[in-house]
Amino acid sequence: MDKHNVKGFLEFVYDFYRSMKAHEITLVYEGEITHQITKAFTSLTESNMAKQEESNTVQKKVFHVMVECLQNISKHADTFGSDDYLFAGRGIFMVSKGSEDYHVTTGNVIENRKIEELTDMLEEINSLDKEGLKQLYKRQMREGRLSDKGGAGLGFIDIARKTGNKLEYHFLPIDETSSFFLLSSSISRTL
Amino acid sequence: MEVIKIKGTDDTPSVVLDKDNEIFEISGRSLPEDVTTFYEPILNWLDEYAENPNSKTVFSFKLVYFNTASSKLLLDILMKLEEMYENGNDILIKWYYPEDDEDMEEAGEEYSDIVDVPFEQVSYVL
Repeated sequence: MDKHNVKGFLEFVYDFYRSMKAHEITLVYEGEITHQITKAFTSLTESNMAKQEESNTVQKKVFHVMVECLQNISKHADTFGSDDYLFAGRGIFMVSKGSEDYHVTTGNVIENRKIEELTDMLEEINSLDKEGLKQLYKRQMREGRLSDKGGAGLGFIDIARKTGNKLEYHFLPIDETSSFFLLSSSISRTL
Repeated sequence: MEVIKIKGTDDTPSVVLDKDNEIFEISGRSLPEDVTTFYEPILNWLDEYAENPNSKTVFSFKLVYFNTASSKLLLDILMKLEEMYENGNDILIKWYYPEDDEDMEEAGEEYSDIVDVPFEQVSYVL
C-alpha cells in the first residue's frame, strides 16, 4: 500500500467503526464457522450480557439463537467462486443490540436451486402460531432424520419458537448459480 | 456391566450410566461438535442394558441447555427407554428443569407427549 492508500484504508476503518457504533453491532465476523468459533462467540456474548445484567431468560434465548444460526452456516453455507470445500461453511455473523432487542444476523452463499425449498420452509414456519410451531417441532423431531452433517432440520423452528418473532430473511442474487441468503432474528430484551 | 462416566464440559453434558449403583443421569449443557459420535456409546450402552435391566430404572435428565441437534438424540434415548417400558420393565423418567426456565419445562412436556413412558417433571433452584 502506498501512503495515499494507507490513509484511505485507515479512513475506511474509522467509517467501519462508526457504522458499527451507529448500528450497535457488538460482534461481527466473516469466515469459516467452526465449533471453536461457536464456543468463543457464545461465551463472549454471554459474559457481555451478564455484565449488562440482562435477564436469564434473554441470555438463554440469545444463546439458543446464536448457536442455531452459527450451526446453520457451518452446515449449510455453499461455496462461491470455488469448488474447493474449504470455502464452504463460511459466512457473515453479526450480533447487534438495540434499546429493545438483540438482533442476530447471518449471511451466507446458497445455491439458487435450494432457494425454493428454503423459502417454503421459512414461510411455513412464519405462517404458524406458537402451538403450530410446537406441533411442527415435535413432528420434525419424531420423523426427521439427522443429516450426515448432523443437522436435525429443527434450527429455524427453534429460533422462531424461542424468539416468538417471525424469521426475517432475504435473498440477494450473486450470479446464475448462487445467491446470498440473509437471516435476521430479534430477541426482545424485555422478556 | 461396564460403567459410563463422562465428565461434562462447556459443550458436552455429564453422563453417568451405572447399573450396579442404579444411577442413570445426563446433566449439564449439550451442544457437542458431533452429536452422533457423542451419543452413540450412550445409545449402545442402553441397548445392552435393555437385555438385562434392573427391576426399576429411574433415568434423570438435568440439562440446562441443549441445541436442536442434541434434542433429536435425547429423543432417541427416550425412545429406547419407552421400548423397555413397553416390554414390561419398570421405568421412570425424571426431567429436571430450573424453576425459572419455562423453555426447559416445556421441552420436558413435549418429550412426555411424544414418548409413552412414566414421566415426572421436577423443578429445582439453580
